[in-house]
Amino acid sequence: MIGFRTLLYKEVLRFWKVGTQTVAAPVLTALLYLLIFSHVLEAHVRVYGSVAYTAFLIPGLVMMSVLQNAFANSSSSLIQSKVTGNIIFVLLPPISYREFFAAYVIAAIVRGLVVGGGVLAATLWFTPLDFAYPLWILVFALIGGGVLGSLGVVAGIWADKFDQLAAFQNFLIMPLTFLSGVFYSVHSLPTFWQRVSHYNPVFYMIDGFRYGFFGVSDVSPWRSLAVAAACFAVLATLTLLLLKRGYKLRS
Amino acid sequence: MATAISVRQVAKRYGAVEALAGVDLAVDQGEFFGLLGPNGAGKTTLISALAGLVRPDRGRIEVMGCDVIDDYRNARRQLGVVPQELVFDPFFTVRETLTIQSGYFGIANNAGWIDEILANLDLTSRADTNMRALSGGMKRRVLVAQALVHRPPVIVLDEPTAGVDVELRRTLWQFIRRLNRDGHTIILTTHYLEEAEDLCSRIAMLRAGRVVALDSTANLLRRFSSRVLKFRLGPGPGLPEALARRATPAEGAWTLLFEHQAEIEQVLAQLRLAGCAVEDVEVGKPELEEVFIRVMKDAAPP
Ligand SMILES: Nc1ncnc2c1ncn2[C@@H]1O[C@H](COP(=O)(O)OP(=O)(O)O)[C@@H](O)[C@H]1O
Ligand SMILES: [Mg+2]
Repeated sequence: MIGFRTLLYKEVLRFWKVGTQTVAAPVLTALLYLLIFSHVLEAHVRVYGSVAYTAFLIPGLVMMSVLQNAFANSSSSLIQSKVTGNIIFVLLPPISYREFFAAYVIAAIVRGLVVGGGVLAATLWFTPLDFAYPLWILVFALIGGGVLGSLGVVAGIWADKFDQLAAFQNFLIMPLTFLSGVFYSVHSLPTFWQRVSHYNPVFYMIDGFRYGFFGVSDVSPWRSLAVAAACFAVLATLTLLLLKRGYKLRS
Repeated sequence: MATAISVRQVAKRYGAVEALAGVDLAVDQGEFFGLLGPNGAGKTTLISALAGLVRPDRGRIEVMGCDVIDDYRNARRQLGVVPQELVFDPFFTVRETLTIQSGYFGIANNAGWIDEILANLDLTSRADTNMRALSGGMKRRVLVAQALVHRPPVIVLDEPTAGVDVELRRTLWQFIRRLNRDGHTIILTTHYLEEAEDLCSRIAMLRAGRVVALDSTANLLRRFSSRVLKFRLGPGPGLPEALARRATPAEGAWTLLFEHQAEIEQVLAQLRLAGCAVEDVEVGKPELEEVFIRVMKDAAPP
């Protein structure tokens, strides 16, 4: 238990020590998106009939920050440790693969929540928001962070070099998070793209998260919860399996 | 004597390279054991297998009676490894590094022992320095300190003195010797054979993944080492033909190599018989360096 707690503490301390890059920078990026998109679209778009565009956009940006930063935390920590060789410090001690998994994923969730919370706090200056169902908000943030944190562990273990990880990030994580209804309601899309969106698991995480704010969403929050939870179950199982086998960590 | 490390029939292959080709070894508790061999012999692979960083294709390894795979938690608690590569975590200070490493081993409050290790490795003044700001030698000391945070009964050092200044070597060996006297088992790999000769009571030599020699340091020196006989000839007859063929001239003297001590007597007798005036006779001490070269040559495939 102390081993797990220490690894979690170390992972949190690691990103906290470079908070300008790991927290402040992503919050600023999200704010820039908000400024630009709300400036361009606020006057033209209403969502769900009554919700102003800026208000609609904020939860999407918050959740996108949670997801991207959860992924970034576990993946970059692992690849850095592998490339510099200091991964050995966590491989030599009697830490089980389950504790290893839990520490990296929970630290990723913490980073996601800290950045997401930062984005939320900063954007509240612009537009007041409803918090219709806070529990849904929390549940989706936790599960979404867990899914992407777990995916980050897989990517960090799989990648041998930084550019492989960058490819993973640019060709999988970015499209999945951007094409998920962060910036629009999928109901405003042509039917074909609506269908495609329904195959993107991130869409459900954003949609469910947004339901927590407005009490309205594109699909039922229960369906979103089922998809997000299933995603987590599959990815967690895969990650645990890889860790148990020592894939690329214990040759 | 109880066994600290037991390695049985351990093999590991990387593609076409047979890094370990069936290694058998046992190290007793309290030994200072040397693991020698040229680059690529498999020393680091063997240590990695011991530490659970590498999974052998076959064979079993136990540390203090604990299987390194089935009972990895206990096996790892018994083992402190100083890795060959100079690795560090740039995010943390020396003290943070050691506190975190203690936590990984399940030790929540370790400040007292950490202070003691820091003092013994001359690191106290650097305790709050970031790892990035340390010189190579200092980073090496921290690696040693990290391996010791959980007071492991077995300590493995993989070339700890490669590229390290004389001062650190002295401090390091003083400390490691003390740990050995206190009952810790030490396993050491090094390229400095004088170091191994000085420190290790028993030595295994590895070549291409195989143990090619395994004996006490004293026995190895006795068994394999050639003696060197060096002498000058005074006025009178020259070196007899039979000896001249195997002798090498050097600075007006002759040197002759022997396999066994007894041969020296025969040579001196031959010289007396030929009426040579032998002056300045010196018999060279055997050295581990020569043993090593001989063992490696004998073990080379024809
Ligand atoms: N991860 C690896 N992948 C491929 N080959 C390896 C790997 N690790 C070691 N080897 C090979 O195994 C052999 C033994 O290496 P090593 O154990 O590092 O030797 P030593 O420590 O005695 O110098 C070498 O030929 C080395 O190239
Ligand atoms: Mg080596």
